[in-house]
Amino acid sequence: MVKESILSERSAWKALAPWLAVFVLLLLAPRFLPRFQVYLTGLILTTGLLAVSLNLVLGLGGMYQFHHAVFYGIGAYTVALVITKTALSPWIGFLLAPVVSALFSLAIGLICVRLSKLYFGMLQISLGSLVWAVVFRWYSFTGGDDGIHGISVPGIISSTDGAYYFSLILTAICLIVMQRIVNSPFGRSFQAVRDNPVRSEAVGINVKRVQLTGMVISGAFAGIAGSMFVVIEGSVFPELMFWTLSLEIIIMCLLGGWFTFLGPMLGAAIIVLLRTVVGIYTEYWTIVLGLVLMLLILFLPQGVLGYFLESYKRGGGKAVQEER
Amino acid sequence: MLLVENLQKSFDGFMAVSDARLEVEKGEVVAVIGPNGAGKTTLFNLITGQLRADGGRILFKGENIAGLSPYLICRKGIGRSFQVVNIFSRLTVFENVRVAVMSCNKRTFSLFSKAKETSVYETGEILKSLGLTEKADRISGSLSHGDQKVLEIAIALGNRPELLILDEPTAGMSPEETRDTLELMKLLSRERGITILFCEHDMELVFSIANRIMVMQRGRTIIQGEPDVVRNDTHVQEAYLGGADEGI
Repeated sequence: MVKESILSERSAWKALAPWLAVFVLLLLAPRFLPRFQVYLTGLILTTGLLAVSLNLVLGLGGMYQFHHAVFYGIGAYTVALVITKTALSPWIGFLLAPVVSALFSLAIGLICVRLSKLYFGMLQISLGSLVWAVVFRWYSFTGGDDGIHGISVPGIISSTDGAYYFSLILTAICLIVMQRIVNSPFGRSFQAVRDNPVRSEAVGINVKRVQLTGMVISGAFAGIAGSMFVVIEGSVFPELMFWTLSLEIIIMCLLGGWFTFLGPMLGAAIIVLLRTVVGIYTEYWTIVLGLVLMLLILFLPQGVLGYFLESYKRGGGKAVQEER
Repeated sequence: MLLVENLQKSFDGFMAVSDARLEVEKGEVVAVIGPNGAGKTTLFNLITGQLRADGGRILFKGENIAGLSPYLICRKGIGRSFQVVNIFSRLTVFENVRVAVMSCNKRTFSLFSKAKETSVYETGEILKSLGLTEKADRISGSLSHGDQKVLEIAIALGNRPELLILDEPTAGMSPEETRDTLELMKLLSRERGITILFCEHDMELVFSIANRIMVMQRGRTIIQGEPDVVRNDTHVQEAYLGGADEGI
């Protein structure tokens, strides 16, 4: 028993070491990377956190969360509005961002969760678009389609490096917490609900409540990602909660592998880099994205999901499972 | 313990269950038999809430549970297995049972403790008593059909049910596996005092374990009584022999 625990501790360190190395590397990044690349890394982390938070419901819970960007946008707007419209400390905005996003998740979730699968997703798109439309038109409050620019965040996080460290540390904390949730009894139950809702009900699990809880948690983390965006960009605009962004995040999850915990982070990195690099040459960068997706589908004929299911069944899935 | 009175359920005008009556006393083993399509599985689905009854009453420990959600019925102490294997096929055998145990221990919503350290002992005990310990780390979808049927029962036991409902527990099993399952049911009934309600096509098994037998035909309860009474009942003989749906 003692031996076992030592062994498991050692293997835990082994598993942790590469991540610590990555973290240290990222901590040092501003020392040797040019400013633009530091900014870009921060943006990747922010988008990546958003994608990982989506995957909490999409991959772990198997729910068709088709309009996740809404909660991202709400987090961002919360910070922006607290800073520009109130006399409150900006930090209150950062604390409020996940709370307000979670509340919107709860409200939209309460309406959608009674529907299953595709209908859930479609209704969510409609309700999310409603929120977008309000933000888009309410000039006096949200700035309408112009958005809000020149948001002055606290001095310590206003420089490029400051913003970068803010997003890095917040991302690290969020990932640890999310990892913890994934491996908690709730996380396991959520997985069980994904695999077999009927059986889950039969063993006493309140399926709808589990799904709703999952949505609220995921929305809160999306809100945090949104607040990070404000720090990095210094502005907010309605595109942050437009449905095309939601689609993009789903693609990130698929691209990186939605049965892995950090896959969506990788997917986010690929897409953000693609957009930035290809975007220099043409504004039609989505053509390249389309090509990438087509190649993906052609070379993995069952689609990404099928590929991962396959490797899961072959036993490769065990490693994936552990990574969670 | 369980009392079902003129229960009804129709699907698009077809009366799957038109008048089901059933009584299960604490500690009993009650079998439901009847030709295919008699409404046995529908009856079970009505009792455990997967389906909603059109009429009638289902009393469990004196309380009407008709119309409650399956998870609430489960929490009242009714566990069940399914006729067609219905497990968490992408999770390991251990996780399959643990999900039920965690739910029973009200741990489903704990967010920050470690699932790995939750309900390990209880889950292990259940697996041990059903002989699944060696397969604990296998992905349950890769098990043989017989083992999956046993896992069905293991998951149901994870909720520490007072009343265990088994829908054709030995369907598709080899003779050996069937014998093992019969032994298991006897063990659960005698040593753990779990009340068992099951339906089954294997008449040998039914008559060797059931205290009482309820016979259904075309959605109706023909009779419920002790094995000898049922065996000699003319209506039952008609249902099975005269009706010629299936040999006894």
